[in-house]
Amino acid sequence: MELKEDQPQNGSGPAADVPPLRRIVVESETVPIRVGDYAGPPDPNYGREPWQVGAGSEGEPVWVEERMRTEDLSIAYGDKRAVKDVTIEVNSGEVLALIGPSGCGKTTLLRSLNRLVELTPAAKRTGRIILDDQSVDDFDVTQLRSRVGMLFQQPNPFPMSIFDNVAYGLRERGSKKPRKKILEPIVVDALERAGLWDEVSSNLSHPALALSGGQQQRLCIARSLAVSPEVLLLDEPCSALDPISTSIIEDTIVELKSEVAIVIVTHNLQQAARIADRVAFMYLGDMVEQGAAGQVFGAPREERTQDYVGGGFG
Amino acid sequence: MSIDVRTAAPGPRPGPGSDPTDPRPKPKPSMSAAAGISHETGWSVGDRVGLVAAWVCGISLCVVAASIVLFMAWKGIQFLHLDMLTTSPEASLDQSKTGGFLDPLVGTLLLTVIGIAFAVPTGVAIAVWLTEYGRPSGLARLVESGVEIVAGTPSIVLAIFGLLVFQQSFMGIFSFTAEGGAVFGRSFLTAGAMMALIALPLVIGSTREALNTIPRHVREASYALGKDKASTIRRVLLPSARSGIATGATLGMGRICGDTAIVVILLGASMQTTPESGFLGLFRGTGSTLTSYVYNNSPAGEGNAPDKAYAAAFVLLMIVILLNFVVSLIGKRNKPQWN
Repeated sequence: MELKEDQPQNGSGPAADVPPLRRIVVESETVPIRVGDYAGPPDPNYGREPWQVGAGSEGEPVWVEERMRTEDLSIAYGDKRAVKDVTIEVNSGEVLALIGPSGCGKTTLLRSLNRLVELTPAAKRTGRIILDDQSVDDFDVTQLRSRVGMLFQQPNPFPMSIFDNVAYGLRERGSKKPRKKILEPIVVDALERAGLWDEVSSNLSHPALALSGGQQQRLCIARSLAVSPEVLLLDEPCSALDPISTSIIEDTIVELKSEVAIVIVTHNLQQAARIADRVAFMYLGDMVEQGAAGQVFGAPREERTQDYVGGGFG
Repeated sequence: MSIDVRTAAPGPRPGPGSDPTDPRPKPKPSMSAAAGISHETGWSVGDRVGLVAAWVCGISLCVVAASIVLFMAWKGIQFLHLDMLTTSPEASLDQSKTGGFLDPLVGTLLLTVIGIAFAVPTGVAIAVWLTEYGRPSGLARLVESGVEIVAGTPSIVLAIFGLLVFQQSFMGIFSFTAEGGAVFGRSFLTAGAMMALIALPLVIGSTREALNTIPRHVREASYALGKDKASTIRRVLLPSARSGIATGATLGMGRICGDTAIVVILLGASMQTTPESGFLGLFRGTGSTLTSYVYNNSPAGEGNAPDKAYAAAFVLLMIVILLNFVVSLIGKRNKPQWN
């Protein structure tokens, strides 16, 4: 197993108060890692949250757990190939940011991970997408989507109460069952993890659309978390929000990464630098470069990456 | 002729050229004045005439609307007595003994309920199919033209068509069958079915509009939570479109209340509600509505009792105005708003 040790560039953004952590980046091209595979020697940090792995454990490896990966994934809309032979893995415990100019295929790649791209009639996919060693095509699509949650550009709570929004995914086939009592602990837990509980605990029956934009987006996070996804896909989740809401959402994302593998599409390179552990740069459907955030932003290997990130980080 | 517009129409704001130290280019008054352009607003004579015409037309419409309401109120309140609302019409040569219009009032409400009960589920289903499925697209276009044809057909044509259909012997259960097997074809059910066709395009139109304003990402958010299309439609889309559906239903009720041709042809000529015996006898029986009552009592009808026609017309107008008020109330209720 070929492991490459990498020192991430901590110290930018809100992650600065988290102790710097050492990380093993696994070269996916050579070593596909299966679920539960253990990267490296016995880990004294087993069971600890990633951000607890830090200063005191200098030189110790980090638990890496792959949740999803794509293999030579191509997606075409008619004749236009939006994503070309992309191979990438999504790991729990870290935030993967997809960056690139508009129309480079990053949103298409994201939407293919929960097969939402199939709603576009002209879309055609080749290559494989693996979730926990199983092709996503082997899953019932509704089951797949409850394991791979998604957050959209615009906050889009449903026109029902805050409680019903979070409970929506738990209820069977649109019926009101199971009863509120059974769902309540799950709903409360999801709202707490999304950092919204303190603000809405007294008015769970209020309409969700009366919340502010930032609260709505955190409600959407809670709604996704309630169905216990393993992967959370975020499609520019802060593009419609003000800076304060954005920073709250970013904090929430960083806190969630220990439990859910997170993939975020963003046009905001500063945001990617603040919250991402790994960054993948796409250009015209090609996966140009992927690696640790510090490496892609600090020392990009490809000229095209350099040109793109150079604007903001030159 | 050359007019200096700055002196002809002094404005509160100094324009370019009013200050000798102003470096902006001075306007050329002689040219623009000759073209009939004022620098105050930049409106040409033609535009000004159009504006005045628009004002006049708008105000005239208000005058017409107000005079309808006021005239009907004046006549209606003059002839309307409370006991008219509680007594049934009677056949009599003496006008003082012909009773009131309880039956037509109840008939209007009954027919409206029947028509809407047919139109809303059907219309919502068609609108959902058109917006959420709509495939194959050729069939969708066919359905759309079907809706347009129904919407454009005059109600008297729908009525005569309805009579043709419901007089078929296999449609006998919907109305009265005479000895010898002739089907009468006229009843609350048959008239209500044709009334549903009048309301249907309105229900379809406003439901479609409401569904179309729901952004695509809201549907996708439901799919992304592992929900299928059916539960997304039922739990997210239809609740979001609720006020649109209600608007369409209320507009449809207004149209049903006001239609006369279908009532005259398909609800029978009797002013009194005449239930049939047996199951759903009331619905299979004949009757009247306020519109047919007004028609029959007007100088054009047989009754020639314009007082009662005015009173009934006033009540009908109040019902329709109330329904319009409800429509605007529904429109003001906060609909779900996404960005």
